[in-house]
Amino acid sequence: MNKPDSKKYVISRGIDDFLMDINKAYKFIMLFFKDVFKRPFHLREIIHQSYEIGIRSLGLITLTGFIIGIVFTKQSRPALEDFGATSWLPSLIGIAVIRALGPLVTALISAGKIGSGIGAELGSMRVTEQIDAMEVSAINPFKYLVVTRVMATTIAIPILSFYCSFVGLLGSYFNVHAHESIGLISYYQHAFSSISFLDISGSAVKAVVYGFTIGIVGAYKGFNATQGTRGVGKAANEAVVLSIFLIFIEELAIVQVINFIRYF
Amino acid sequence: MEKYSRHIINKNETVISISKLYKSFDNLEVLKGISFDLYKGENIAVLGKSGSGKSVLIKIISGLLSPDKGKVIVLGQDVANLNRKNLDNLRLRIGFSFQNSALYDSMNVYENLAFPLTMNVKNLSKNKIDNAVEEVLDSVGLLEKINQMPSDLSGGQRKRIGIARTLILNPEIMLYDEPTSGLDPITSAGIIKLINKVQQKYNTSSLIITHDLTCAKRSGNRIALLNDGIFLKVGEFDEVFNNNNEQIKGFFNYNFL
Repeated sequence: MNKPDSKKYVISRGIDDFLMDINKAYKFIMLFFKDVFKRPFHLREIIHQSYEIGIRSLGLITLTGFIIGIVFTKQSRPALEDFGATSWLPSLIGIAVIRALGPLVTALISAGKIGSGIGAELGSMRVTEQIDAMEVSAINPFKYLVVTRVMATTIAIPILSFYCSFVGLLGSYFNVHAHESIGLISYYQHAFSSISFLDISGSAVKAVVYGFTIGIVGAYKGFNATQGTRGVGKAANEAVVLSIFLIFIEELAIVQVINFIRYF
Repeated sequence: MEKYSRHIINKNETVISISKLYKSFDNLEVLKGISFDLYKGENIAVLGKSGSGKSVLIKIISGLLSPDKGKVIVLGQDVANLNRKNLDNLRLRIGFSFQNSALYDSMNVYENLAFPLTMNVKNLSKNKIDNAVEEVLDSVGLLEKINQMPSDLSGGQRKRIGIARTLILNPEIMLYDEPTSGLDPITSAGIIKLINKVQQKYNTSSLIITHDLTCAKRSGNRIALLNDGIFLKVGEFDEVFNNNNEQIKGFFNYNFL
């Protein structure tokens, strides 16, 4: 016979569940840092996943980065024209794309494409018992599936982010070139003239943090998926929503820290 | 036809010993103090309706779930008290065939079979891996499917490949979770034959979780009837089948209707 529902909650069911989720996610992240430095490192799988992530997103990142470069230049031009300062366009676009747009746009696209993919893949493996099959074959599924994918996103997304910035500047160049006579190399020189080491390193740090967030959130949601095929969809969906939410919070926090360093 | 040496059950050697095992999920009591022993070389079929706790039982034996109370001794080791390394070492001696085969979707048949081997045995040459994969595939009669993807296989073929994947590590114990569920009678008969062949050729002891009476009768040296979290009866098929207990009779009548 089943026991009556005698479970007691510390605060309320909703708050207790939320705190339990936080605790579970914290343990998941700690397990990642514990396992990432332990053998076996599954380097081949990390390289394979990094390659897959990079190749799968390259087309979309190219298109989006290029369009953003053009649109941002078009929108900025009238304001600068009023002051006769269109020559500042390359510097303005350089700062905007390298400091903020490149990493952020890459992260948002990757959250939708890669984060949901990891959530759905691991979720599907969970509900079809493929993860249990690894476990009973004495293979650590956390290390083989989670650690490798999180490492792959942490490596691949910064590379994609710099690529996106480069393509964004290229898009901007085409728009500038249509109005003013300027060579490509000269344009890039102008664009980078206002970029400091702090901008580049700040952008790299952001991209690494976003990559880690996308990987760990997708893996967490997928690895803990339940409720059959419905759970797979839910894991993929939640991976995207939570990743994007966290990316914006991280963006705000990192910008504050970088600005603090910049003006210190 | 392949010939195997006569199979011997050693009743002096217990490979799985379960005593007073309890397991609940939230407020649902699934296992309520079950006990039994599986002897070396023996096949026990655990028979029960859906939701009676059969799958939970083998997940506890393989360490996928922890018991709430009771002892689970597998090959002389207390499963609940093993650390990760020792549990993995024990798992290498246990084969687990999943209800839905649980083949890795992203790998072909060869890769599915080679994966546990390459991950667990260091410095194995490509030649040795190929030979091991081909041998187990031949044992389950599916050598020609070596390069196919799991999505291209039928339900029965997937079950066979799932069994082959466990055999590649030469397990001493086989755990089968619903090996014939979802299969037509002819394919089921093939799987039952394969279970018996594995017992004889690889000298394994097996726990077969099923709700299929034919499977239980033909593959189990003994059967254990699990109902509502307790064993109603453990014994040879005829002994259990001809029992006068009303619940047992009810179970068999229910199955035949």
